Amino acid sequence: MFDISPTEWTAIELSLRVATVATLVATPIGIGVAWLLARRDFWGKSLIDALIYLPLVLPPVVTGYLLLLTFGRRGLVGAWLADHLGIVFAFRWTGAALACGVMSFPLLVRPIRLSIEAVDRKLEQAAATLGAAPWRVFLTVTLPLALPGVLAGMVLGFAKAIGEFGATITFVSNIPGETQTISSAIYSLTQTPDGDAAALRLVVVSIALATTALVASELFARRATRRLHGN
Amino acid sequence: MLHVDVSKQLGEFLLEASFKSEGRVTGLFGASGAGKTSLINMIAGLVRPDRGTISIDGDTLDDIAACIHVPAYRRRIGYVFQDARLFPHLSVTDNLNYGRRMNRLADDPAQRKRVVELLDIGHLLERRPGQLSGGERQRVAFGRALLSKPRLLLLDEPLGALDEGRKLEILPYLVRLRDEAGIPMVYVSHDAAELRQLATQIVMLKSGHITAFGGVKVLTGAPSSDPISRCE
Repeated sequence: MFDISPTEWTAIELSLRVATVATLVATPIGIGVAWLLARRDFWGKSLIDALIYLPLVLPPVVTGYLLLLTFGRRGLVGAWLADHLGIVFAFRWTGAALACGVMSFPLLVRPIRLSIEAVDRKLEQAAATLGAAPWRVFLTVTLPLALPGVLAGMVLGFAKAIGEFGATITFVSNIPGETQTISSAIYSLTQTPDGDAAALRLVVVSIALATTALVASELFARRATRRLHGN
Repeated sequence: MLHVDVSKQLGEFLLEASFKSEGRVTGLFGASGAGKTSLINMIAGLVRPDRGTISIDGDTLDDIAACIHVPAYRRRIGYVFQDARLFPHLSVTDNLNYGRRMNRLADDPAQRKRVVELLDIGHLLERRPGQLSGGERQRVAFGRALLSKPRLLLLDEPLGALDEGRKLEILPYLVRLRDEAGIPMVYVSHDAAELRQLATQIVMLKSGHITAFGGVKVLTGAPSSDPISRCE
């Protein structure tokens, strides 16, 4: 039964690409937002905090539909991006990556924020007295010390992105080869007569991917902790 | 010359201090809670005074009325904290080089060698701070502050976290630092005995106000160790 068909390979490859791009683009933004929330006080901070966690509590279909309204061909942002930068999200794999990025953002930001909050501010003060400007304090002290949290956030975000279904299928539909990820392929297969074997194969693949991600994150975290504490 | 004339409201507590110091080592003496750390945090630029001025050798660092507040990282003032605060993710060598890199100073192997020998930390260079004893950590912290080539060195109870044996181990290094490094220092302590050995000038602080200023003799009659701070 373990004869993965070309369509299934396409779905697997697409899922990996979508989740990787979503995670890589979301990580720097997530680090910036996490730092702002952990280290700065500004007007509207609680609003931003709530907005970031919204995709976690909203029905995914609602998030997907909002994305369609905003980033669709006729959406406010979508039309502008298509006209001026030639970036199209609607019914493209890039749209799937956007949906996955938005849906996984809260899971990505939270561990990063917690680990930045855990960095001793006294060390940042010491760096300042040694002549480090704020952005260099961040790059040489805060970020390296928060690295285990950054890795944890990336793995969590990646795992969420690879399994995302509701928002993706609402926003970019379920087009084989373009937007059909593992999750939507499994969904399609369960709706097809004789699709059980193929669906099971993809289920096994997604279990394997999730387990690999978890083990990798555990290894990264251990190595990072060892490196940081010098033992 | 260090010139400080500042005030700062810290909760219920008003810190008001004004002094000029030309000594090689200015001892800032007082019980814990007298405002010593807040005062040198202001000199370092980590805390902004509510009012007043701070200047070194005529160079204004704070002038609140004129909206001048030079941030800590542009002051070139070294700071040795009571709790060393070495960067745990960097080796001793990288900790020592940190200030030079951040200030974009040229590499100065001769100075590094001198400081490493002065503090006797040559055998620790490859280690991480987690593998050092308290006394070793504090010596590396002295070296790290010195190698950023500061124009003033602030030391906040650098021996406070150490037991008696370790204190006696570090004191000779501090005396050598004072005599050989040629950098003016402000040394904070609640231990009169320590200041008698090190300071050339004393500023005595009590409940946020300066009660005495002058040579080491103003310490006469002061307790060699403050019982209240011992209980913390």
